[in-house]
Amino acid sequence: MFSMLKTLWLVFKHAFHKRVTIQYPEEKAYLAPRYRGRIVLTRDPDGGERCVACYLCAVVCPVDCIALDSAEDRHGRRYPSTFRINFSRCIYCGFCEEACPTYAIQLVPDVEMAEYNRQDMVYEKEHLLINGQGKYHGYNYYKVAGLAIGGKAKGEAENETPPVDPKSLF
Amino acid sequence: MATIHIDGKPYEADPEKNLLQTSLTLGFDLPYFCWHPALGSVGACRQCAVRQYRNEEDTQGQIVMACMVPAADGTRISIEDEEAREFRRSVIEWLMVNHPHDCAVCDEGGECHLQDMTVMTGHAYRRFRFRKRTFNNQYLGPFINHEMNRCIQCYRCVRYYKDYAGGRDLDAFASHNHVYFGRSEDGILENEFSGNLVEVCPTGVFTDKTLKTHYTRKWDLQSAPSVCAHCSLGCNTLVGTRYGGARRILNRYHYDINGYFLCDRGRYGYEFVNRPERIRHPLLHEGAHDTETYSKPETCSADVALKEARIRLRRANRIIGIGSPRASLESNYALRSLVGEDNFFNGLPAAESHLVTVALEILRHGPVRSASLREIEEADAVLVLGEDITQTAPRMALAVRQSVMRTPRETARKLGVPAWHDRAIRDVAQSDRGPLFIAAIDETRLDDVSTAAITRAPNDLARFGFAVARALHPEAPPVDGLSESDTTLARQVSDALANADHPVIITGTGLGNEALLQAAANVAWALLRCEKPAALAFVVPEANTFGAGMLDGRPLREAYDAVSSGDADTAIILENDLYQRTHDVDVDRFLGGLKSIIALDSLRNATTDRAHVVLPAGTFAESDGTFVNNETRAQRFFQALPPEGDIAESWRWLGRLAAGSAPSEEPAWKYLDTIIDAMVADYPELRGVRDAAPSADFRSNGARFPRSPRRFSGRTAIHAQFDVNEPSPPADHDSPLSFSMEGSTAVPPASLVSHYWSPGWNSVQALNKFQEEVGGANRGGPPGICLIQPEKNLHPFFTEIPATFRRSGEKFVVLGLPHIFGSDELSRHAPALAERIPHAYVTISDADARARGVSEGDQLVLRIFGREHKLPARIRPKLAPGILGIPMGFPGHAGLVFPVDGHL
Repeated sequence: MFSMLKTLWLVFKHAFHKRVTIQYPEEKAYLAPRYRGRIVLTRDPDGGERCVACYLCAVVCPVDCIALDSAEDRHGRRYPSTFRINFSRCIYCGFCEEACPTYAIQLVPDVEMAEYNRQDMVYEKEHLLINGQGKYHGYNYYKVAGLAIGGKAKGEAENETPPVDPKSLF
Repeated sequence: MATIHIDGKPYEADPEKNLLQTSLTLGFDLPYFCWHPALGSVGACRQCAVRQYRNEEDTQGQIVMACMVPAADGTRISIEDEEAREFRRSVIEWLMVNHPHDCAVCDEGGECHLQDMTVMTGHAYRRFRFRKRTFNNQYLGPFINHEMNRCIQCYRCVRYYKDYAGGRDLDAFASHNHVYFGRSEDGILENEFSGNLVEVCPTGVFTDKTLKTHYTRKWDLQSAPSVCAHCSLGCNTLVGTRYGGARRILNRYHYDINGYFLCDRGRYGYEFVNRPERIRHPLLHEGAHDTETYSKPETCSADVALKEARIRLRRANRIIGIGSPRASLESNYALRSLVGEDNFFNGLPAAESHLVTVALEILRHGPVRSASLREIEEADAVLVLGEDITQTAPRMALAVRQSVMRTPRETARKLGVPAWHDRAIRDVAQSDRGPLFIAAIDETRLDDVSTAAITRAPNDLARFGFAVARALHPEAPPVDGLSESDTTLARQVSDALANADHPVIITGTGLGNEALLQAAANVAWALLRCEKPAALAFVVPEANTFGAGMLDGRPLREAYDAVSSGDADTAIILENDLYQRTHDVDVDRFLGGLKSIIALDSLRNATTDRAHVVLPAGTFAESDGTFVNNETRAQRFFQALPPEGDIAESWRWLGRLAAGSAPSEEPAWKYLDTIIDAMVADYPELRGVRDAAPSADFRSNGARFPRSPRRFSGRTAIHAQFDVNEPSPPADHDSPLSFSMEGSTAVPPASLVSHYWSPGWNSVQALNKFQEEVGGANRGGPPGICLIQPEKNLHPFFTEIPATFRRSGEKFVVLGLPHIFGSDELSRHAPALAERIPHAYVTISDADARARGVSEGDQLVLRIFGREHKLPARIRPKLAPGILGIPMGFPGHAGLVFPVDGHL
């Protein structure tokens, strides 16, 4: 008898609790910035594509849902000519973001990716690349890499001395 | 055998080897950079440090470099010693001080020895806070990309390029932490073996420039074991593919053939596979035989093409089949079965066909063994008779270059210098080189290491060979009228060969001279009669020339006659551009006389343009088959790329053609093993082909061997733009390999190795785990089976000695000059390689040039068969007067059969 009354009391008490249920989609849930949602490709502070087509995201992906192919511009800067993510396979584990040496691939707090047709969940590069730096600001991989690209010659990266003249003695 | 103690445990070791090699063979992960099994030790990088103890009681010991200490009996070392580990970790830390932050954009990433070693030693965090030194890069030609910042100064590149491959234009510059490896100025690396720098360099300084244009990481390359299709040596390769295209060629270790190295033609010739001139669909071509109404061929489905071809075959009066030395043994056999023995032609011009027969007869009925490249490398006296091997069989030239070090090595060994101690051996050797004699029509790229090099007309080269044989053995036929100097030299050569333990004679069909083959055979037989284990190496023009020769086809000339005499009216031409083989007037007449032409080929060419039905044949990358190399070794190559669309191996097409008219009918040979069984039943001599590689039902623990590495990426996205449901991987009924990353993880038999990888070893150096001992034979034995074994009985000497060369009047003898880049029909379609093809020219001797007032670069008009060839002159001081040379197989004068008469 006592336990029944206790249960009733608990149920009654819950009626005055703060409500967890929200009226989605009219009302949006708060997602933390580090929430692992939609995957985007970002740009560096100069507006260049951050992705250098190193294939690390593809290889670390446990469901193998990332496929890309690399290309190079005239000045030696590498970029992906195609970049495809099959979101119908993606498990949003975030390994790709962790593996990315250039902060190019990022998981952002957006979960509204449902589709009626599974084929529509295949995202190409044009669907992935955004015009911004995403969560990580200020990083430009080519500024620290030793490779020369258009606009940055040898020895012009951070922490580099000017190129050595091998024909000099010392 | 010696017993050594590593970390307190006893192991069996070979005292002839050093501790590093021994530790690696025993399976220890000991890091190293400068040591390479083929280059030996110099102790430059200080990476393989271990602690060595004097005896059991010694607890202090000392740090030594494992690569510089022999694995002598009773040696006690510790690899796990804390101080030795710390030493190795700090060496890596120093090396990484200036190493750029490049891995993401570095082509070596994922297969980098430096990455592997860094992980192995445990260095992870950069403590050095100061700036990195940088270098400017150089342009090194179309094959090699230079990124000098990544260098760790191990000196492997110059040791390989200069000491091993004989290059002169790569060196170390500057000093202390500025040491720079490059050319004195930007320019193309001249050496024919420069591509190996890609594999020799432990990091990303030298990378494959062709791979860079379609870059793929090692873990993403679906690879298969293959055999190089660009010369007769049959070097083993790994073909890496991705997104339906071939992306690079890597060396596949074959202990007896290519070892660790390939030539640049083999490494960079692959790109023809991806070219737009590939035939990817069957073509129908109405009125093709009538050049006036030349119409554009129309693509059609396989069924329509087969139907059309079958109708044409049914209507035919007599069908002839023209085989090819660049098609696999199976394809040639399939054609031969389809058209019948009497109607099968081997696709070679009469002269070449004859030479191949002569060479095969020497091997079949003579007592001499065919030399493998390993034997050539280990030969202590070599005679090269007539063939310019650097151009026709480049990898063999690299082997010959090693052979001259054999004698100095022996001297060093007597002084107690171990065989792996490269620096000391070179100090002992100085400029001392073992005997190498080169007799050629002109200077060759091997002359710099030769004891003596003579240049004569082909007949006189043969006469010289006969004279050497005579000097060796009194039963050999004498040569009359040989000059004093040649007689002396012949005596010198014969002495050197007779004093050698492993003499090798090399010749080939390149000069189109039968007497040369016979002279070389005489020398080898004379040596055998002197109880010397001589070996003979023939160089033939193409990957399967000997294979095509062993099927007893008759030469092209007889096929042409069969049409002109009237009864043959239909031809099936297998992977053969007749315009490359014989004079275009003859080919025009032949093709014009045919009612129906059915051609199978992979690249569009002049012959397929005139065919009524063209069937798309697979290249080496899309085919299963067997090539027979210059030592008659049958070697299997496998599909690296599942054939796209209608592309199929020629033998498969021919099987479908033979099947009959209904499209549903079963082809005559459904699988590779079925056709091999049929072939072996018809040709007992070819029975070794069956064992050249395991058959399709071979399994390891019930599983196939995967073509893709275990970390192959993108499986569920790669085709997703077409269909989000992944297709099942292509089935493979012809080999024990699968188009997948799943399967056996065991080390496969050497003929089925499709990539080198081992835990912790992502670079090509993982090869260590695929050898019986590091630098030794392939695990389970080297792939391939030699089809012809020498006879026990001695063979009587050839006695027909040709007359000395005399020019007749104003006539010149025009010889074909082979070119590593350009003379091979397929590889010249590869864009990178095409950049290295020289412009056509004509070589003329000094004397002739003076007599005619020709100076270097003058345009000469050379008349051959009434046709004028306008070519710039190159004056060659050593060429015999009366002889001209033009590059072989170059556009504009392909189809000339050399030697040929010409007028200026």
